[in-house]
Amino acid sequence: MEVKREVLGPAHPEQPGQAPADFRARQLLARDMLRGDLEGEALERFVEQSIMTTTLEKAVSWSQGNSLYPMTFGLACCAIEMMSIVGARMDIARFGWEAFRASPRQADLLILSGRVSVKMAPVIRRIYDQMLEPRWAISMGACCSSMGVFNNYALVPSDKFMPIDVHVPGCPPRPEALMHGILRLRSKIHGHSPDGWRERYDAVGTEEVLPAGEADGTREAAINIFPGGDTAGA
Amino acid sequence: MALDTADYRKREESITYAAETAGQGQTHELLTLNIGPHHPATHGVLRLLATLEGEVVRDIKPIIGYVHTGIEKTAEQKSYWKVIPVIERMDYLSYYFNAMAFCGAVETLVDVEVPPRAQYLRVIHLELNRIMSHLVWLGTSALDLGAISMFWYCFRERETILDLFEMSSGQRMHTRYFQVGGVIEDIPRGFATKLRKFLADMPTRADQYADLLEKNQIVLERLRGICPLDEETLLKIGVTGPLLRAAGNPWDLRKAAPYSSYDKFEFKIPVGTVGDNYDRYRVRHAEIYESVKIISQALEGLPEGPYITPDRKIALPPRHELATSMEALIHHFKLVTEGFRVPAGEAYYPIEGPRGELGCFVRADGSAKPARVHMRDPSFVHLQALEPMVKGAYIADLIATLAMLDPILGGIDR
Amino acid sequence: MPDATGLELTAHELRDHSAESILGTDFQRGRAVLLAAPDHITDVLAALMGKGYTFLASLHGVDYYPEEPRLGVLYELLDMHEVDRITVKIRVGIDDPRVPTATGLFPGAEFPEREVYDMFGVVFDGHPDLRRILMPEDFEGFPQRRDFPVGGEPVLFTFNEEQSYGKWQ
Repeated sequence: MEVKREVLGPAHPEQPGQAPADFRARQLLARDMLRGDLEGEALERFVEQSIMTTTLEKAVSWSQGNSLYPMTFGLACCAIEMMSIVGARMDIARFGWEAFRASPRQADLLILSGRVSVKMAPVIRRIYDQMLEPRWAISMGACCSSMGVFNNYALVPSDKFMPIDVHVPGCPPRPEALMHGILRLRSKIHGHSPDGWRERYDAVGTEEVLPAGEADGTREAAINIFPGGDTAGA
Repeated sequence: MALDTADYRKREESITYAAETAGQGQTHELLTLNIGPHHPATHGVLRLLATLEGEVVRDIKPIIGYVHTGIEKTAEQKSYWKVIPVIERMDYLSYYFNAMAFCGAVETLVDVEVPPRAQYLRVIHLELNRIMSHLVWLGTSALDLGAISMFWYCFRERETILDLFEMSSGQRMHTRYFQVGGVIEDIPRGFATKLRKFLADMPTRADQYADLLEKNQIVLERLRGICPLDEETLLKIGVTGPLLRAAGNPWDLRKAAPYSSYDKFEFKIPVGTVGDNYDRYRVRHAEIYESVKIISQALEGLPEGPYITPDRKIALPPRHELATSMEALIHHFKLVTEGFRVPAGEAYYPIEGPRGELGCFVRADGSAKPARVHMRDPSFVHLQALEPMVKGAYIADLIATLAMLDPILGGIDR
Repeated sequence: MPDATGLELTAHELRDHSAESILGTDFQRGRAVLLAAPDHITDVLAALMGKGYTFLASLHGVDYYPEEPRLGVLYELLDMHEVDRITVKIRVGIDDPRVPTATGLFPGAEFPEREVYDMFGVVFDGHPDLRRILMPEDFEGFPQRRDFPVGGEPVLFTFNEEQSYGKWQ
């Protein structure tokens, strides 16, 4: 059996704009820069290699998405599953979102978990208004997203009185499903939300056609907003 | 209607405390504080109008209805087996109990007999649900008191129980496992092994919870001697369950009027002496051990047989029969489209839930849909006991008492 | 539950007390029901308390549409020493549904009676604080009555998304 030997070159050949893979070379470059010995083109190349450029917006949204402060808004059964993701098995702390704030002034993510009754809707709206921008809302479970198991006089879908970013289906959604929903929200915040099934089935271009007049604002949407400041009904 | 709703706000804030009897001749200003409905320490969306003098609670008025779902109205629109998922979501921590009360009431009306294996399986799941409800109660109550790490320990046990529920029925919560006439499916292979392992672990874990809490000075000061209520007042209000047992009355429907083979198991009823918060905590904690005993007895003595009544007019026939038997196909079709009809009558079926007497009233009018379903929820009645308990106590005691009361707003508001 | 004969004996005793208080009895599937006249309900309850049924397990309302009188209120009583249950049922018409309150005898009837008022419209005379408990205070109508519509909202899809206030753009 023949054994072939060859001298290995650098594992990753150096690409323009990237620091040299060899640690010693990087060390020498850094020493030179600190001494002030790098000049001209060499200095420019060094700076390019060691700084990550981005827009301010992207950086801000990256940090916002990774440090959401959810608010404790447990209404009904979904609240128990929301408490489960705080538990040790589906640990929400590994994402950095374990700081559940009770005060709306300190929170930026409202996880509406549970059925929204007619009496509670103005209260939720008031609390959502008290939250400071930027704020997001997740409608967890079937009851607040659509009407859920109960479609009757006593419930209100949460979309009717406040803007919702992500709807998580389920009755109650598994903690993993809620995590998936919050991670989707994080990608939305970062600006690159996936297309979902359209991407999987190569169906980009099948988005719904909005009625004419929507985009340019000539047609007013039928809005059903709860007027701020008035909380009768309690 | 001669009622004047215009001055409801005045009546809402009516206080029963007379300022002159404040004592020491010096009256302080009374402050009406609104606690809730969104509050981290109220267990759900409960709104309390507390009238305070300094930090002492002089009057308290609970205002509920913030998670009212119209479950009873929705239940009238659905056929009997479709009511089960709707009624399960009422008291959302004891879903098996809700389903059991409803199925029991319908079984009384239809006069169908539940096979013994189904009864034992029901007992296993009911007691697992009782342990799970007490664990969540313990975790969240300790969270209210400030012992935050209890939350994670209790939820770790809860995850094991939910794994068991997922094994037997596919769902973690609101499992639709109990059906009229039995249970929907037999337990799978591996359930018994996993359950035995859980039962071996659980008493040790409960001991660990006791070690963590019971010798802690802060927990003792916040619970011992705080807000006791005597048995007489509790009975007049209609309180049952761990609250009544903490006051010394050993009333438990599992022993007094056994249902679903509870008379075949040996277990004790933990009873308190003083009726303060500490007793309420101890009673619920001790009930965990008793439930473990019941489950192991049920598991060891699990009889063979059908897991649902063989009456094809009530229960769906097994799938393999649909290929061979014409009657099975017809029964299946009728049951799925219309549902079984229940002869006219009324039934009230009470069971012992984790919070007290959970009763279901069903009125049937001969059709395939119930004419009235009403759940007698224990938390609804127990909320009336909050006022006599906390009168004259501090706000911190109010929070601790509310935690020990174990209210579940889903059951209160329905 | 008292058996059928026990129920008849109880009814006899109560009728001896005051003749028009018991309108009938019903015994079905082990459940004993005393049909009482609405005006005498407090006497009936007090007499039953004297016989040992000291615990009010449940107080709830039923709408017997289309039978008249339409609204019914049921009191489930429990005797803890004998482990006996008995039900007292009263029927009131929908035009004047007034019933004396039971809160004098059972303080724990306060919330259930408020619920029956809220859901059915039965007015309990003498109740300390009769107002709506589950629905908002200014709600009109009594939801649990059979002729009240179930209601509901249309589910929001993309084609009717304009009816939602939202960040869907």
